[in-house]
Amino acid sequence: MSVAIDPATVSAVTPERARRQKDPKESYRPNWTTTILLILASLTVLIPLYFAIAMSLKTAAEAASGTGLSWPWPMQFGNFAEAWTLTDFPRAFIISLLISVVSVAGAIVLSSLASYAIARNWDHRGFRYSYFYLLAAMFIPFPVIALPQIKLTAAVNLDNPLGVALLHIMFQLSFSVLLYSAFLRSIPHELEESARIDGATTWQVFWKLIFPLLAPMNATVGIFAFLASWNDFMMPSLITADSRLQTLPVVQNIFQQQFNTEYNVAFASYLMAMAPTILVYIFAQRWVLSGVTRGAIK
Amino acid sequence: MTATASRGTQRRAPSADTPARAGRTGKPRVEPIFYAFLFPAIALFSLAITLPALIGMFYSVTDYVGFGEYDFIGFGNYAALFTDPRILSSYGFTMGFSLVTVIAVNAIALALAIGLNSKIKFKTALRGIFFIPMVISGIVIAYVFNYLFSNTLPTLTGTGSILVDPNLAWLSIVIVTAWQSIPSAIIIYLAGLLAIPEEVYEAGSLDGATGWRQFTSITLPLVAGYVVINTVLGFKGFLNAYEIIIGLTNGGPGTATFSVAMTIFTGFTSGDYAYQMANAVIFFIVTVVVSILQLQLIRRRGVSL
Repeated sequence: MSVAIDPATVSAVTPERARRQKDPKESYRPNWTTTILLILASLTVLIPLYFAIAMSLKTAAEAASGTGLSWPWPMQFGNFAEAWTLTDFPRAFIISLLISVVSVAGAIVLSSLASYAIARNWDHRGFRYSYFYLLAAMFIPFPVIALPQIKLTAAVNLDNPLGVALLHIMFQLSFSVLLYSAFLRSIPHELEESARIDGATTWQVFWKLIFPLLAPMNATVGIFAFLASWNDFMMPSLITADSRLQTLPVVQNIFQQQFNTEYNVAFASYLMAMAPTILVYIFAQRWVLSGVTRGAIK
Repeated sequence: MTATASRGTQRRAPSADTPARAGRTGKPRVEPIFYAFLFPAIALFSLAITLPALIGMFYSVTDYVGFGEYDFIGFGNYAALFTDPRILSSYGFTMGFSLVTVIAVNAIALALAIGLNSKIKFKTALRGIFFIPMVISGIVIAYVFNYLFSNTLPTLTGTGSILVDPNLAWLSIVIVTAWQSIPSAIIIYLAGLLAIPEEVYEAGSLDGATGWRQFTSITLPLVAGYVVINTVLGFKGFLNAYEIIIGLTNGGPGTATFSVAMTIFTGFTSGDYAYQMANAVIFFIVTVVVSILQLQLIRRRGVSL
């Protein structure tokens, strides 16, 4: 079944593909000036990362003196163990992961269902207005409604990671609905009609036919939801009342308070906080980039 | 039947996007299950976003301090906002910072996108590197840059740290915010550049358009729409600057880098809850107005480019 749909999916990436296929045919003379300029520019990304790695392997004395750019020898891997226990890394990591997973799942399920209902009932005023209602939130940033939200979440016992995940889903909803609605328009109606003739209910049509077809958009929505949720500092730090339930980015602030001379341990901790997404990104680079590019084109 | 159909078409005509019309016209009734599909999103959204927004607007016309009783004071909070130097300076800083950052991000991202889109060596690796900042948490990278600005740079250059210089501290926030925001802007520009057909450049080069001329006469006009997207999205995000400031200067030195978002959050601890809610309402209006202004100004310019 999914093979039949491929044209719709492929059409979204055609320009890219066409270009890529064209390249080998042309005489490929690399532009070395541009290449060298870009390599130099890439140092602005690489040097801070190198610096973080170098710092995390120093002794406290080495880290407190000099520019911090020299490579330490011998390397102090013990810093990571110390940072691990200081921040209670496994707990913060699991809480971050839980929030992110719930956010991703929630954003995908809630907005794909809503978008499908809206797209198939566009002729009805209620659904059309719902679309604009959900989209209007793009102009409501978190700080605008933060104060009442903090009070409300506390009042209904959601001043915890679950509440944070719920808010992450809500702030992701506008963008996700926008992406899904654009994509749903490209899915031909005949497919659904034929499934209905075979006796499928709307519920089955959605989960067995539409949802699998939405796979590329699910990936895009999921990547955006994950990055926004995993890296967020503002909402968990303001919503979660219990400091033992804080996420990985938030727990890094302990180094701003009591341990501010131990830069080496702090940087070991920063590195561990950055590592998960960087590693996933490096291994899934092609997939992640095609996902976010799809978001950009829509 | 014909009359109904044509009226329906007319009614729908203004909205450009009319998905899923074919095959549906003969079926005016909505299948109940679609309400069930839509309901969870609308209900949760109303509770989590709309309700707090309404509560906030309500408190903004009271003298509520966050607990206890309160009275209605009309627009007193709003009037006070416009003469409060702390509020005005936070808006001044936030707008200025956002403006500089959005220009820097767009200029650098467009340059990098053009570079990454040209015939270069190590294309995949370079793209991979430039997108790394996108996956890193803002607060963590701000902590890393904090040390670079306060220790490494002063040691290398023999000058003081820009983080404690009231005139330069904002620059550190621009740098780190740009560092983190450039990748997503590059992605949007790459999408725009890929949409320009090769033939346009070939035709242009026959007429002698190369290098800078090619950029101003072909590339720039054709990615103008993407400049709009990046400007609106970027500016909207930068107005909410929070965690990078927390990680770098924490609003200091003094209140030199205190953003609007940070000021609003003080409403929770400083007892002026209602006052900061009025600030939040103004901030929302500013966000919307700025976005609309940008869309219109840049659209108009985009045509004549």
